[in-house]
Order: sequence, then structure tokens, then C-alpha cells
Amino acid sequence: MDDVRFSVDLVADVVQMWSQPFMVNAFRAGTIVAVLSALTGWLVVLRRQTFVAHTLSAVGFPGAAGATLLGAGALTGYFGFCLAAAVVIALLGGRGAGRHGHESALVGTVQGFLLACGFLFVALYKGFLNGTSALLFGSFLGITGGQVTVLAVLAVLVLALLAVAGRPLLFASTDAETARVAGVPVRALDLGFLLVLGATVAAVASITGALLVFALLVLPAATAHRITARPARGLALSVLFGLVAVWSALTATYYSPYPLGFWLTSIAFAGFVTAAGGRAGLDRRHRGGRLVTVFPRDGLPGSRRTAP
Amino acid sequence: MSALATMFSHAYLREAFLAGTFVALAAGLVGYLLVLRAQVFTADALSHVSFTGAFAALALGLDLRVGLFATTVLVGLGMAAAGRRAKPDDVVIGGAFAWVLGLGVLLLTLYTTRRSAGNGAASVTVLFGSVFGIGHGRAVAAAAIGLGVCLLLAIVARPLIFASLDETVAAVRGVPVRLLGFGFLALTAVAAAEATQVVGSLLILGLVAAPAGAAARLVGNPYRALPLSGALAVLSVWAGLTIAYLVPVLPPSFAILAVATGLLVAALLTGRLRRRSRRRSLAPGTDRVPAVRGG
Repeated sequence: MDDVRFSVDLVADVVQMWSQPFMVNAFRAGTIVAVLSALTGWLVVLRRQTFVAHTLSAVGFPGAAGATLLGAGALTGYFGFCLAAAVVIALLGGRGAGRHGHESALVGTVQGFLLACGFLFVALYKGFLNGTSALLFGSFLGITGGQVTVLAVLAVLVLALLAVAGRPLLFASTDAETARVAGVPVRALDLGFLLVLGATVAAVASITGALLVFALLVLPAATAHRITARPARGLALSVLFGLVAVWSALTATYYSPYPLGFWLTSIAFAGFVTAAGGRAGLDRRHRGGRLVTVFPRDGLPGSRRTAP
Repeated sequence: MSALATMFSHAYLREAFLAGTFVALAAGLVGYLLVLRAQVFTADALSHVSFTGAFAALALGLDLRVGLFATTVLVGLGMAAAGRRAKPDDVVIGGAFAWVLGLGVLLLTLYTTRRSAGNGAASVTVLFGSVFGIGHGRAVAAAAIGLGVCLLLAIVARPLIFASLDETVAAVRGVPVRLLGFGFLALTAVAAAEATQVVGSLLILGLVAAPAGAAARLVGNPYRALPLSGALAVLSVWAGLTIAYLVPVLPPSFAILAVATGLLVAALLTGRLRRRSRRRSLAPGTDRVPAVRGG
């Protein structure tokens, strides 16, 4: 650390850091955002919808740029575009969105076109060019108390929705066919989950910027999935990793000249690599004892399923 | 209409058309194979990664293209190495490229603090492209590399399509599936680095996915859909460049992607109409139509 203010006495460091009101707000917002994205992200990884998640998070940028162009608040834009894109993807792709060739082409087009719209908005609003990187990469320094309140309300809403729909959603995510036969409204749950994902992404993007939401959404959750497949433990671990990543990244950013996005992604990615490496090592040791056959999850790529 | 007649008297437009045509052709061909192999997300990751490479080159004071090609090809091969049969897992792709994006932010900060002037414009150029300012030398180079990617794809098209449609049977028949997977991702990486110069790293995905999605909807036979996808991509670039020339408010990248998206929407609508008319023409009693879709 080239910064003299960071000392060995961690308590004094935290006290010093939290004497700044903007850091307190950043920690509050960061905590909410970490919990929200870790829980939703765990389901994203379970449902293998990382591409859709990335598309929704990228879409926040044109939303914010468009809202700035029209003079509305950036938050309105984030929510409007993310939720609209979630509906479009759900209607076009259904459950397969982002996983099979055709649907992923649609998702990719939605992302490309909306990002192009964002560029158009930026070009139309000429003085705005320097704000572009703030929209893409976020700025945690200017978070107000009002924003924290909005985030908290939203987080409670999303968590309540997930708690209510949790069991059927988990069932539909692990085995859609069986769930449909058992009478679970799979299509409605798909749309509902995409809307929740859109809202989460919009809220998180308003803090971290459109390009880095994805890291917070996927990395802690993927790390948890490498460690355990059990839902309750996995969700708890995901939240824990998210919180550790956000808190340590905020601290590191405060005491170093490098940006939050770099610290956040690096810390979270280091966790993921460690977990993935550990898992690979364990698997290798176990494989010595018994025969393990690995079947691909969705059948072979390109193989056709016979119509029922 | 006189504006259209004199359009090609402008050198910058001739260069934009030259570079745009071959970059689009490469993107369209690669895109269709990506759709066939269900690897669109990989292209998404590579396109975002290209931006980190560009900033690395800028921060180190190198030519932009060195950074672009080096990063995308390295990451492409790395992702291929991480997956079974050179097909990486979505979560691994997502995790890796989230981190590379984070590195991009770091490099952007380093570059901005080191060179205080003109940085905002540079980042916007990398992210969203500026084909009208590409210049003669870079246009010729881009066209040559694009053409090279197309030729290589044409050579490996047959085994690659076989391997994409049925990996196991292809492997049994002696097709080098893993090697093809590596080669294809390397070509995708080169195409992505190319396209960054025309539409910018954030918008490549549209040029890769939209014409390919449209072609896959319209034609089931891969050997016909592949050239159709390339043609639709070229059409998008030509129409987009013309529109951007006639309406100066619109940035060329936006116009190109708007045309490409329009083509995909049109293909979706015709597909739906065709299916409806087919359903009507069937005899009553056979109410279930087997879904006929390519791939």
C-alpha cells in the first residue's frame, strides 16, 4: 500500500474510513446490493441464464443514457429499460432464452441494438460524453441517503417475492418438465424471474455501473455453486462471498488509487478460481475410487430432441 | 438523391465501405456458426474483452490493434482450453470476462490519469466504434484480415458444420472436433477484434447475432443459411452506412445495428406468417405441426 493512512490497526482504519459520510453510504448501498445480487445471482447460475443476465445488465446503460437525455432521473431509465428488456426476452425466448442457438441470437440482438441506442442517446446529448464512463463503470462516491432508502425498499420487495415463489421457482429451475407436469406454472415463473432479475440489475447498476453488475451477479454465486449444490447453504455462501467481496473492495478502493470495479472483480474472481481449483482437485481424488460418468446437462449440443 | 450519387466521391466513405464490407462478411459467417454451435455468449465475452485489450494498448502506448488482437485471441483460446471439447461452460465464461472487464476499468483509469487530454473520446471510440474515421491504411488492413477470416472459414466450413450439428458422430467419423473448436474460437476472436474497429466493442454482438439469427429463421439448411447470414450482415453495413451518411445525426454504428435488428424482426415475422399459412393448409385432424427449425 502506497497510502500512508492504511495501518495495521484494522479497527482504527474502519473508524477512520467511516468518519467520511460518503463511505458510510457506500457501505450501506454496497451491502444491500451485495445481498440482492448474490441471491438473484445464485438462481441465475442454477438456471444457466448468465447470458440473459449479462444482457439485462448491459441494457441499463441505454436506459440511463436515455433518461438523462430526456431529463428524467437515471434510476427511472435503469428500471424502464431493464424491465422492458426482461419482458421482450421472456416473450421471444421463453425458458430456453440464451441457452440454445436461436434464442441466444435473439438475446444477443436485443443487447446489441439497445447498446447502440445508448450510443445514439450519448451522441444526441453532446455534453454527456464524459459521463459515459460513469454510467458504464459506476461511481460509488456520490451515493445519497435517498438512494440507499430506494435500494433498501426495492431489496425488501425482491426478497419477499423470491421468498414467496422460492419453492416452485427452485423446482422449475432444476427440472422444468417434471415441474410442468406437477402443475407448476413454469412459464409464469420464467417471466416473473426475469422481471425480478431486471429489477435487481437495475438497482445494482445504478451503483456499480452497467458493465460491472454482471461480476457481482455471477461470481459470488458461481463460487458458491462450486462448493455446494444444496440450496440453503449455497444461498448463504453466495451472500457471504458477495458481502466479503464488496466490503473488501470498498476498503481497498478507499486506500488505493485504483477503481472499485477493478478491486471488486479481482477479489470475486480470485474467490471463484480458488473454489473451482479446489473442486477440481477434490473431483480428481474421488474419481480414483469409483467410476464417474459425466452426462452433459442439456443433451449433446446440436442434437435434436424428438417432439413429444 | 444527388447526395447518393456523389456519395462515393468522399474518400472516408469509400474506406468505410471497404472495411465495413469485409468485417461484416466475417462477422456474419462467424455469427451463423456461433448460433449453430450455441456459442453466442462466447462472442459476447470476446467482444467485451476486446475493449480491455484496446485500453491495455493505449495505456502502454502501442498500436490499438496489437492490444485488440492479442487479447481476444488469448482469451478465446483460454476459454476453449477451459471447456470440454473446446466448448466452455457459460458460468466460467461469465466469471472470466467479468474479471477482464474489471481489468479494463483499471487500464482506463491508468490511461486517463497518465494522459490527461482527449481520453473521453478515445474510450467512446473503442466502445462504440467510428468507422467514418478509419483511414486508408487501417481500412485496407481490416478488409484484408476480414477476407482472410472468410477464406479460412470457407475451408473448414464442412467439417465445422458437421461437428456443430452432431459432435459425437463427427468425432467417431474422425473429424478433429477439439482442434476445430480451438480454431473456430481463434477465428471468432480475430473477427471480434476486427469488428471493434467498425462498430466498437460493445456493439459487435448485434452484428454477429442479428444477421445470423435472421438467416437461421429463414433457411433450415446450414449450407444455404451460412452465406445468407454473411450477405445479410453486409447488407446491414451498406444500408447503415448510407443512412448514416444521409442523416448525419445518426452515428454509423447505430444505423448499422438498427438495420440488422430490422432484418431479424422481419425474418421473425415472415417465419411466423409462413408457419401460420402452413398450418392452415394442413388437413383437419393433423393439428400438431412438427416444429421445423434449422439446427
